[in-house]
Amino acid sequence: MSKLDSKIPKGPLADKWTKHKNDINLVNPANKRNIDVIMVGTGLAGGSAAATLAELGYNVKTFCYQDSPRRAHSIAAQGGINAAKNYQGDGDSNYRLFYDTIKGGDYRSREANVYRLAEVSANIIDQCVAQGVPFAREYGGYLDNRSFGGVLVSRTFYAKGQTGQQLLLGAYSAMNRQINRGKITPYNRHEMLDLVIVDGKARGIIARDLVTGEIERHSAHAVVIASGGYGNVFFLSTNAMGSNVTASWKIHKRGAYFANPCYTQIHPTCIPVSGDHQSKLTLMSESLRNDGRIWVPKKKEDAEAIRNGKKKPNDLSAEERDYYLERRYPSFGNLVPRDVASRAAKERCDAGFGVNKTGQAVYLDFASAIERYGKEQAAIHGNHNPSKEEVTKLGKQVIENKYGNLFQMYEKIVDENPYETPMMIYPAVHYTMGGIWVDYNLQSTIPGCYVTGEANFSDHGANRLGASALMQGLADGYFVLPYTIGDYLSKDIKTGKIPTDTKEFDEAENKVRELLEKLINNKGTHSVDHFHKKLGHIMWDKCGMARNAKDLESAMAEIRALREEFWRDVKVPGGMNEMNAELEKATRVADFLELGELFAKDALHRNESCGGHFREEYQTEEGEALRDDENFMYVAAWEYTGDPGNEVLHKEELEYENIEVKSRSYK
Amino acid sequence: MKLTLKIWRQKNSQTKGELKTYPIDGVEGDMSFLEMLDVLNEDLINKGEEPVVFDHDCREGICGSCSLQINGEPHGPDRLVTTCQLHMRMFNDGDTIVIEPFRAKAFPVIKDLVVDRSAFDRIQQAGGYISVNTSGNTIDANTIPVNKHDADESFEAATCIGCGACVAACKNASAMLFTSAKVSQFALLPQGRIEATERVLNMVAQMDKEGFGNCSNTGACEIECPKGISLENIARMNREYLSASLKG
Repeated sequence: MSKLDSKIPKGPLADKWTKHKNDINLVNPANKRNIDVIMVGTGLAGGSAAATLAELGYNVKTFCYQDSPRRAHSIAAQGGINAAKNYQGDGDSNYRLFYDTIKGGDYRSREANVYRLAEVSANIIDQCVAQGVPFAREYGGYLDNRSFGGVLVSRTFYAKGQTGQQLLLGAYSAMNRQINRGKITPYNRHEMLDLVIVDGKARGIIARDLVTGEIERHSAHAVVIASGGYGNVFFLSTNAMGSNVTASWKIHKRGAYFANPCYTQIHPTCIPVSGDHQSKLTLMSESLRNDGRIWVPKKKEDAEAIRNGKKKPNDLSAEERDYYLERRYPSFGNLVPRDVASRAAKERCDAGFGVNKTGQAVYLDFASAIERYGKEQAAIHGNHNPSKEEVTKLGKQVIENKYGNLFQMYEKIVDENPYETPMMIYPAVHYTMGGIWVDYNLQSTIPGCYVTGEANFSDHGANRLGASALMQGLADGYFVLPYTIGDYLSKDIKTGKIPTDTKEFDEAENKVRELLEKLINNKGTHSVDHFHKKLGHIMWDKCGMARNAKDLESAMAEIRALREEFWRDVKVPGGMNEMNAELEKATRVADFLELGELFAKDALHRNESCGGHFREEYQTEEGEALRDDENFMYVAAWEYTGDPGNEVLHKEELEYENIEVKSRSYK
Repeated sequence: MKLTLKIWRQKNSQTKGELKTYPIDGVEGDMSFLEMLDVLNEDLINKGEEPVVFDHDCREGICGSCSLQINGEPHGPDRLVTTCQLHMRMFNDGDTIVIEPFRAKAFPVIKDLVVDRSAFDRIQQAGGYISVNTSGNTIDANTIPVNKHDADESFEAATCIGCGACVAACKNASAMLFTSAKVSQFALLPQGRIEATERVLNMVAQMDKEGFGNCSNTGACEIECPKGISLENIARMNREYLSASLKG
């Protein structure tokens, strides 16, 4: 079991990272010029790391399937980024951010990693401001903050509803500076299809040029996977259409353990599904829960009347509405963590109180906020006796300033004006806390293969708090990996360039060619989407917001059968040596069909409820998640053995020395 | 809805393309434009034909991947949306819709509706950044207050998604709106002023080198921009450029 050494440094929690940085080996600047690093993925985690490594002097090659690094899906993150700056003087600190994150993750993440994350969080904001990221500011010119779920302070920095975009463009600009210097060579519209291991170390990748179809060999002294999460295993999710597990799955099959695959975040505030043609789901930022109140009708008759169009939401008085989060969780109210909010919405809808045609939606209502802000603005402008219309007008302006782009997006999709009538929302798959197992240095179980950002499992436990994904991506990329990878690369200063004309590269390239040829020559009867949608249904129905042993067992069998059917019957038109979007999809879905089975297996083995993993058999009388710390306070890291249904479990026990483990309460 | 689609098909950059006609039935108002194309593609695959290739990714209007010239307009008839957020309720039963790639010399067609927009990346590489190392050892973020008005304007300019609609809308295929948005974002912030002179000169030089046309102030770019990037940015870039040229 020596492989699962988390390499957490000794010493007091607050000193670990500093001490570790002082202890690890460095690479002399002249030697960095002789060392190559491959970066797969150019989102916040990959883009930031690529830029930093190139600044340090390494030769970096970046790979992304999009036509530009700027389009990585980090761009779609809306609400904000957390940092323990305590600019609001509301009692925030590194410890509090650490504590909130561990608790939010339902005591299933590593103390040392999370503390480091909190520790470097403040640097991220300094860095981004220096790069010209235009965060929201107050009238005095200083940075503004807002609140996110699961915390009692305002520590979230934001740029309207486009924070991810602004941060990614910051990382992209840092990359561009290095591309201009010749230190980064970007390979856009390229997809990694295998990892090459030489003498037990990651030494390169096989990639496909998505424009010409050419299969290419790229070597390096280390390979970093920063390719994001695998939410698209559910077909419908808030991920981009191209988001995939392929890079992670390929390294998994080459020996990297996959940790906690079943930990998935189902985000409470997304636009509900409208029909069978739906290709993806759209998030409405959690920041909306700062000002929006979530409710369903108190009476079933009212819910029914709304569903069949006989009543409108605004016909119901405050007394006729059930603000169920405020009722169940008075101290956190609408700002409970995502897993709690999602389950509460599902509970109300399953009980027959859902409000759209399908009964799968709840209201997110801004009327109270519009009134409150309107009155405040009127008072600021010296109008102490404003009319109702004046209040509404001023209040709407404030809401527009805060969330304008989200309201516009909602209106375009749903064709309803959310300033006038409450938004309808429902939970959707959004983020995966699980991912490739890494040690404190972010190195996987394959030497020289590092994993950062959403692609790794490390910081969020069983549930991620809002505005923490951006924080983790940039922390890993700007401030953690550049140090830790140096320790590894310091042993490679005399290695010289890694040749690609070796049997290891031959073997990997042949494997990729075989895979692609098999798909192209299969000539079955159904499209890739046909199988992907079927997989999504199994995942959502049986591995979604609520799971049980019986369903999970049948999910494993169904996914296995579907995978066999896929390989028998999939139809991929076009050829290998050209741009072929269906072939790209096929390789990704083939991997999802394997991951899905492991996902169900992991959920089945974890006989407890924690964070986003809710097993119906394990709940309190009030329907809250019931953990089993005695038996499951560990990271489940799976080793591939040739069959996703029969992977071998390795456990990393979690130890809490600085936090008292208790049952999570937001009441 | 029943529609007739006329779609540009082109095998690769070497071959000539042409408009091909495809009837489509069962289109619903709640579908996005790209979901309508998904339906068409599923149908084409089932019939043994090659599906239409188009760029798309986030499908929520922010990544800038999707493009398409729809009935002559970049991102179609709606305002302030990208193609992925254009919904079919904007069209009527029986309509004919012409779908072409973005047209510009600097955006060569790769296949069908996919064009090469890497010229935009190269313009950014020429100076679209602030030269600060990512060490984290900068000054505290609140050390330099920024006037809220400037910060907001900088943000508005920074919301450009780099889709290329401005170029496709312009009769000269000019990239002034795109380039000026980045120049403005930094010009409006104190930390961006330090390299302002070099930045504008280098980015404009690269823009010209890529083969984009000149700006003749018709304002089509602003109208078609899905993010509402303002023409004022072009005016600001012109001022920056003039003063930089005098200095240089």
